[in-house]
Amino acid sequence: MTVDGASYTDDVEPRMLLVHYLRERLGKTGTVVGCDTSNCGACTVHLDGRSVKSCNVLAVQVDGGEVTTIEGLSQGGELHPMQAAFHECHALQCGFCTPGMIMQAIDVLNDNPKPTEEQIREGLEGNLCRCTGYHNIVRAVQAASGQTAVPAAIEESA
Amino acid sequence: MTVTDEATAGAAPEIGKERRRKEDQRLITGRTRWTDNMVLPGMLHLAMVRSPYAHARITSIDTAEAKAMPNVVTVLTGADLADEQGSLPNAWMATPEQVAPPHPSVAVDTVAFAGEVVAVVVARSAAEARDAADLVDVDYEELPAVLDLKRADAGDVLAHPDLGTNLSAHYVYDSVDDSTGGSVEEAIAEARESGILLEREYRQQRLIPAFMEPRSICVDPTGEQLVVHTSTQVPHFVRVFIALVLGIPESKVRVIAPDVGGGFGGKLQFTPEEVLTVIAARHTGKPCKYTETRSESLMAAHHGRDQWQKLTLAAGKDGTVTGLKVELLANMGAYLGLVTSYIPMLGARMYNGIYKFPAYRFECRNLFTNTTWTDAYRGAGRPEATFAIERIMDELAAEVGVDPLEIRKRNWITHEEFPFDTVAGLTYDSGNYEAATDKATALFGYEELRAEQQRRRDAKDPVQLGIGVSTFTEMCGLAPSRWLGEQGYVGGGWEHAVVRMLPTGKVEVLIGTSPHGQGHETAFSQIVADRLGVPFEDVEVLHGDTQVSARGLDTYGSRSLSVGGMAVLAAADKVVDKAKTLAAHLMEASTEDLQFEAGRFTVRGTEKGMGLGEIAFEVFHGHNVPEHLESTLDADATHDPDDFSYPHGTHLCALEVDTETGGIKLRKYVSVDDVGTIVNPLIVSGQLHGGIVQGLAQALWEEAVHDESGTLVSASFVDYLVPTAADTISFENEHTVTPATTNQLGVKGVGEAGTIASTPAVVNAVVDALRPFGVNDVRMPCTPERVYKAIHARDGAGTGGAPTVGAAGPHFDQSDTADRSAGADSTDRPGDDNGSSL
Repeated sequence: MTVDGASYTDDVEPRMLLVHYLRERLGKTGTVVGCDTSNCGACTVHLDGRSVKSCNVLAVQVDGGEVTTIEGLSQGGELHPMQAAFHECHALQCGFCTPGMIMQAIDVLNDNPKPTEEQIREGLEGNLCRCTGYHNIVRAVQAASGQTAVPAAIEESA
Repeated sequence: MTVTDEATAGAAPEIGKERRRKEDQRLITGRTRWTDNMVLPGMLHLAMVRSPYAHARITSIDTAEAKAMPNVVTVLTGADLADEQGSLPNAWMATPEQVAPPHPSVAVDTVAFAGEVVAVVVARSAAEARDAADLVDVDYEELPAVLDLKRADAGDVLAHPDLGTNLSAHYVYDSVDDSTGGSVEEAIAEARESGILLEREYRQQRLIPAFMEPRSICVDPTGEQLVVHTSTQVPHFVRVFIALVLGIPESKVRVIAPDVGGGFGGKLQFTPEEVLTVIAARHTGKPCKYTETRSESLMAAHHGRDQWQKLTLAAGKDGTVTGLKVELLANMGAYLGLVTSYIPMLGARMYNGIYKFPAYRFECRNLFTNTTWTDAYRGAGRPEATFAIERIMDELAAEVGVDPLEIRKRNWITHEEFPFDTVAGLTYDSGNYEAATDKATALFGYEELRAEQQRRRDAKDPVQLGIGVSTFTEMCGLAPSRWLGEQGYVGGGWEHAVVRMLPTGKVEVLIGTSPHGQGHETAFSQIVADRLGVPFEDVEVLHGDTQVSARGLDTYGSRSLSVGGMAVLAAADKVVDKAKTLAAHLMEASTEDLQFEAGRFTVRGTEKGMGLGEIAFEVFHGHNVPEHLESTLDADATHDPDDFSYPHGTHLCALEVDTETGGIKLRKYVSVDDVGTIVNPLIVSGQLHGGIVQGLAQALWEEAVHDESGTLVSASFVDYLVPTAADTISFENEHTVTPATTNQLGVKGVGEAGTIASTPAVVNAVVDALRPFGVNDVRMPCTPERVYKAIHARDGAGTGGAPTVGAAGPHFDQSDTADRSAGADSTDRPGDDNGSSL
């Protein structure tokens, strides 16, 4: 499979999950495990351009597939606009859900480049965050979508 | 240094700026160091075998089959480790007479809650360890379990028969004993005669901290020091307790909390899993790692809240409160963890809230049950207190027939009255409840929403509007060491910091607090940048490693800024003092003629000047340092707070209740908080947002539920309802600023404010919507089912119409709709305790 632009070939146990393959075999520890029931979304990556919870995909299912993780998002030292928006809007605190949240947020905008607040909230429903109360995550997605919804308080600052 | 000087000279102060966080870069790109990322040569993995029974005797454990599995290195049981594991510590006695059972990391002959570790499998991979754990054959003889808090108080079934009682401690605070107020019983007698007497019982359901990063421990025994990476809020505590519990010299233990994915009190603990991973590493001589699954985390990491709160409020007919009596039952669970026993008492001084009550009594019975032990969860005692007082103040308003804000105004401390000595023996240093409330009501459009509520009531709209008020204060900045000592805590409350000037002019700050999402690297950089006059970017904040930041008491209780920040400030000031002496020598001037501004010493009346970085380089090479001076600018400081700080605020919530379904929809949420001086508004707002949602979650969604045999049925995120983005709304948060007078920065603490304030605001709004139906309480979480039942507790009352006859649908089995919360037996159904006051 291709992960973040590099090609990998491995024999894996049939039961190995994609998230464990990424973390344990490839050292892609930016993608994390937050639960065991596919509720939290912390492990979200892109598989062939769509977001998936990598705890819900077997590594063998991705044979020949193309995976992008949080570690493959920034190009040439430039943050992806969604990463930059999360930083600008203070959309993370402990940061554990952040990789999955950013990957899902990108997928939301891929589906609908100008979502309403409600559509953003529904689009992120499968990703849990315990720190931010989602307020600034929603602001970040609005900002990344180019809609003028960055709160005034944030725009004013240095 | 010219660049530095130009960059900072005349620049706006860093304190108050919305600096984007330094922490973010690694977190948004996946370059994070979580404990579970650690991989070491020859590393072994642990899996825990846990008891499925709440209370049982272990009759035998057969590990042969597990040990025979490929790549299994060893299986350890309680029998193997009985002499070595010690007992997990309780650091805060509720009373000197407190009793408690020993607290083993792995059960030896009995288990006291479902989820308790009974064996540890060590294997070459995590998957193999888990496979083998399934093959450990444990025989149990089940014992009667006590799960319900009131049943535990009755004492007919004992959680620990050897203890002879379920009562761990009985704590009493009375304003008469403390000479802070009058007799509550007299106030009650008078109110019964000629005033208003309200008696209410509230339930603080059991919650689970549910930090997003499951706990993980990685122990490397191969060097001189045992290196323990652990996902904790308290690395310094963990080091001390590894030494004390396992008898390892403290100097041979290094604890590192790398990036830690949230805590909320849930990682303020010294855990069985930490002990067992250390032991496994010492037994095998290999690095060992244990990472819990989410189910294990929800089941066996400590829980929070879980109290019954009985309040008796005495008032005059005009609603002026004359006395408050609080009687608590607090569920310890099966054991006492680090501060389990004192959590309810952290609320003991806060039930009087922002009010002037002339008489006060607080009693708490700490009880053991066969459930996961409880301990700190965001707010720890203060959310419970605030909920109870803010709920009953609304009841008083309803009884008097005035607006909930009016009843508060009649009783609160006015801004002219600070500093104010409270009936609970604290001195509130500063505050302005009127200003915060005025600002909040204006922002909220309070009058307009009240008008809408009336229209909906008049029209008998099936969707009713509820408006909830919460005016809270809390004690932050744990804590003056002297006070802690008086309260039976074994540790102190100081904080420590080191400021190091590097030869190139960069600054390293070592802090004893241990952030896990709070943004200390950013906020403390702002403080130091201002103090030393160096650029924000030149400050590097290091933490969470006991070999780097050797002294510290870690992060909890909204203490990091008001206590830790003050240590940082003091250390930075010492650096400036040292630099001043050297600058005087180097510039051949008297220290009295020097002034320090924007990172530069200048000699008054001359052109002479030297930047801090230049002096740092001078001490680095030491060529011109006089003999009587040390060639260093580095300084450390330990700060012990004089007193607590008392943030406060007014939170207002509007929500819609669909009276036909019991469904609740959040409409508007406004907060005006006074957290004193704000170092970074962005971080403050983030703390509030997250805190508010955790409080909302208690009000509306979350509850740890055990079945009748003591199994936690909400042991996954399928059943334990941590809110999603779709459940919540955007908030409007503003501030008033009344600086704290108890610390030089004027800061008060914000980590727990949102959680403390929001729960009563939401439940008050739910009850407010339903008052026309004769409802005066809905138990948390206010699920549609409970709301619906509350509305229909009196058939045909109000506009609700007759209740649906029979089950809502054939799939709705009665057994599935039973209220399984602790204490929800036949006498305490939510529907039964409604409709008594109006």
